[in-house]
Amino acid sequence: MAAPLTLLLIVAVTIRAVLFRSSLAELISERVEVVSPLNAWKRVVEGLALLDLGVSPYSGDVFHETPLMIYLFHFTVDYAEIVFMVSPYFVDCLSCLLASLDRAKIAIGSNNLKSDLLFNFPGCLRHIISFSTCGLNNAIIALFIFCTLKGSALLSGILLALATYQSIYPLTLFAPALLFFLQRLYIPVNLRRSSFWCFTLQYAFIYVGSLVVITGLSFFLLGSWDFIPSVYGFIFSVPDLTPNIGLFWYFFAEMFEHFRLFFICVFQINVFFYTIPLSIKLKEHPVFLIFMQIAIISIFKSYPTVGDVALYMAFLPAWSHLYRFLRNIFLVSCVLLACSALFPVLWHLWIYAGSANSNFYYAITLLFNFGQILLVSDYFYAYLRREHHLTHGLYLKKKDGTEATLVLK
Amino acid sequence: MAAHRCGLSVVCILIFSSLAHPSSCDTLEKANDNTATKRRISEVNTDGSVAGEDMNERQWQSTDVEVNRSDGTKNGETFAPAKDQFQEELVIRPLHSGDIYASFQFRTLWDTDFLQEGQKKVSHYRLFPKSLGQVLSKFSVQELHISFTQGFWRTMQWGQPFIPSPPGAELWVWFHDTVSDVDGNWKELTNVLSGIFCASLNFIDMTNTVQPSASFKPLGLGNATDHRFLRYATLPREIVCTENLTPWKKLLPCGSKAGLAVLMKSEKLFHSSFHSQAVHIRPICQDEQCTSKAWELRQTLNVVFDHYTSGQGKKEWSLFKMFSRTLTEACPLASSSKVYVDITDNPEGELFELSPATPLLSQAVVLGDRRTYSVYDLTRAETFGQLRSFNLLLRWKGDSGDMLRPLLHAERYVAGFGLQTGEIHTVIYNNHPYRAFPVLLMDSVPWYLQLYIHTLTVTSKSRDNKPSYIHYQPAKDRHRPHLLEMLIQLPPHSMTEVTVQFERALLKWTEYTPDPNHGFYVGSSVVSALVPSMVAMSTNFTQDQPLFSSFVPVKEESSYFVRVYTEPLLVNLPTPDFSMPYNVICLTCTVVAVGYGSFYNLLTRTFQVDEPSPPLAKRLANFIRRIRGVPLLA
Repeated sequence: MAAPLTLLLIVAVTIRAVLFRSSLAELISERVEVVSPLNAWKRVVEGLALLDLGVSPYSGDVFHETPLMIYLFHFTVDYAEIVFMVSPYFVDCLSCLLASLDRAKIAIGSNNLKSDLLFNFPGCLRHIISFSTCGLNNAIIALFIFCTLKGSALLSGILLALATYQSIYPLTLFAPALLFFLQRLYIPVNLRRSSFWCFTLQYAFIYVGSLVVITGLSFFLLGSWDFIPSVYGFIFSVPDLTPNIGLFWYFFAEMFEHFRLFFICVFQINVFFYTIPLSIKLKEHPVFLIFMQIAIISIFKSYPTVGDVALYMAFLPAWSHLYRFLRNIFLVSCVLLACSALFPVLWHLWIYAGSANSNFYYAITLLFNFGQILLVSDYFYAYLRREHHLTHGLYLKKKDGTEATLVLK
Repeated sequence: MAAHRCGLSVVCILIFSSLAHPSSCDTLEKANDNTATKRRISEVNTDGSVAGEDMNERQWQSTDVEVNRSDGTKNGETFAPAKDQFQEELVIRPLHSGDIYASFQFRTLWDTDFLQEGQKKVSHYRLFPKSLGQVLSKFSVQELHISFTQGFWRTMQWGQPFIPSPPGAELWVWFHDTVSDVDGNWKELTNVLSGIFCASLNFIDMTNTVQPSASFKPLGLGNATDHRFLRYATLPREIVCTENLTPWKKLLPCGSKAGLAVLMKSEKLFHSSFHSQAVHIRPICQDEQCTSKAWELRQTLNVVFDHYTSGQGKKEWSLFKMFSRTLTEACPLASSSKVYVDITDNPEGELFELSPATPLLSQAVVLGDRRTYSVYDLTRAETFGQLRSFNLLLRWKGDSGDMLRPLLHAERYVAGFGLQTGEIHTVIYNNHPYRAFPVLLMDSVPWYLQLYIHTLTVTSKSRDNKPSYIHYQPAKDRHRPHLLEMLIQLPPHSMTEVTVQFERALLKWTEYTPDPNHGFYVGSSVVSALVPSMVAMSTNFTQDQPLFSSFVPVKEESSYFVRVYTEPLLVNLPTPDFSMPYNVICLTCTVVAVGYGSFYNLLTRTFQVDEPSPPLAKRLANFIRRIRGVPLLA
């Protein structure tokens, strides 16, 4: 499988290099679907310019990257293009690796890169040539998953801390990673067992410890705590209502002032809340839990971009064995494809042509998120159903011998 | 509109006087007084005949006053040691476009120095308005400049004004360096001033206040350089009208009863292409050695009448035609009262003819140019002639020549299309043929236009012109605006273009103005410069130089200070649908609920084989059988 993989990588690098050099890159790097106020490359450049002027980049409201990011780019700004070109491969390699996990499906593993590109073509294509630091965040998460699957608790903890530091939300990936390691070390999830607590504390210590170290490091680099409200406060309180593909912007632009705090709390809790029931339900299947968590984050986070969608869609080929149990994949694919086409059209009509208003774009974000929710819950359904069939057999029969239908009760 | 605004300011004053300090209760009376006067004036204005009678009566009264005047002033000079002084003057400059520029200046000197005496209460007011004096002492104001302008000064057609001002309202204040809570003082001060001037100055808050580091230096005594004590704000959308003029006139010692202020009839003043009224308060030296200090209150009113275009191309003008009044006397309290007419272009009287003619001529160096003026001294009885009325008249004989192009002027516009991004272009012209000079450009941009400072380009003569000093303070959403100050060297005879890109933010639906699709105003950018002078400026301090040439202190002979304001910008922002809040809340919550519901469904239920329930008849039969104790049907 090594030879076709190398070939595919070479092809992918060529495509990306060509796209990076084309005028398409400039056009796409400003699109609201692709960049958010959190990760726009233009804002990184602005932060660097402020740093050069001797102004703290966090004194304004343009720059919301973490301090480590700005110092990284401060030294590598000339090579930024390479960084952006390379980082998406982590995601690709990840999806390939994931598929190969399932030993029975090694045969289709080599096709994953291709199917990845094909499956979420519009999103992925935009994502890979968008100059946005979202690619780097995705790479960190991909590396985290890679290290977790390889069984390195130390690296996994550090990378998870880094991902959390970058954008808070990957915090919820702590639970699946822990479950995966427990499963790998044959430690049962039992609250009365000391071995369970021993490992949990160990992993939590690695995670919290590296989080503290990273945050402390950024404090020493910057010399102030200004970045905390400017990065994390910005993520939580959603002050920037620039349109994006998420649910937050129009909701909070139209919100009544006295309900704002309440709904911000509700919407933010909503992202983190699913961790607990999902961890209980899927405690035997931590890899699928990772997928669910990433998907939920990318749907319900405050500033989502196509890059986030591309991250969880990269997992989809790994669940190719669930295709036969999906109920409405055709509908969902149509919805998502139609939305990808309609986003730029309605944006143009609203912002440039002036012949539509904000409701048009809002409607399409609603539909897009509805489609994503359908997709994720459909996969969840298929996964649970497959598990049921694994224990009860594929062809179920009623007592009287006729073919039975499965229902959720 | 006027009544509403005044009512608002009265409420403001009420709140503040009750909150702030028990001693400010007379400010309240003043504000009430203002509204009362305004009502009376508007009554008079609506009824022409009343106004006419009023005028006749005043003529009589005023002549009586004039008879006693000389005694009065003599007594004042001998008995009162305080050297309070009042001067008034009117400058009329025929512009080359055919318009007429009339500039009133009133200067009240107040011989007191309460800031030095450690916050001692000053209770004696003679010529200085008490309402402003109290404001100065209560808020420890070092210097206060406020202007209200309707219309835009066209520098290329009209040349430089004596005192420039941006469209809308502008307020900048230097506080005394003993003030600890500058922001608190500033907020109270704007609210009080909004009451005094019946203006919407109470809309000045932290989102449109900046602290320029270099562009606004104190014009009076004191070399304060710590810009923490400076506050600058503009309201480009402010509409200036009668209700702002009336309280402004009331600050004059003679009100609008006598002197030059008689000419200020609002229906004429506001029927003009440019109107600007201002109040400048600063501490100054009484003499050259600066042995004694005084507060100077300078009230200026600048009007440009467009009689040329509205009057079938006739360039004739007279005081009566412009103001529908004539002058009958000087203000009895004024130590000097003069009317100047610029006749520099007309040395031999070949272009126009002034009547009545005057033998008095005066030369003054103003804005880097030596100008000649005909002077009419209103304190002399012979100025008014036999009719006891002074109506200045100008008749044109020939065509006017070319105007000297102003050496510095600036303009600004927004480039780009769509509602996502845009670019602000500021173009600064140096029309000097061979001298380069530096200018300070100051821009204050509201937070909802996010500036990208890395896109800032400065080009002169199609070459990059790197500013030697940049002070940039980025905006904080909903807290403070962007402030950009730059020192740019302008090459001789060049056009310098400053561009910076911005992104438009989508606001909360409650943050839009009532007419959101009209757009949002961005205040003028300010270009301040020391422009090389054509003639030597006079640096020596003389008490009797005309007011219009003595406002900005001249430090060196070779250059003079000019401030140029560009046009304010009108920028459109993307708007949400204002009728949608309920729908949006419902729809978005529905989508979230669909997500929640489907996950909840899958999390709490398990798969089971569907056992279709038996038909109703069978269930009924089984029910009866169970009661009867008979075996059930399968």
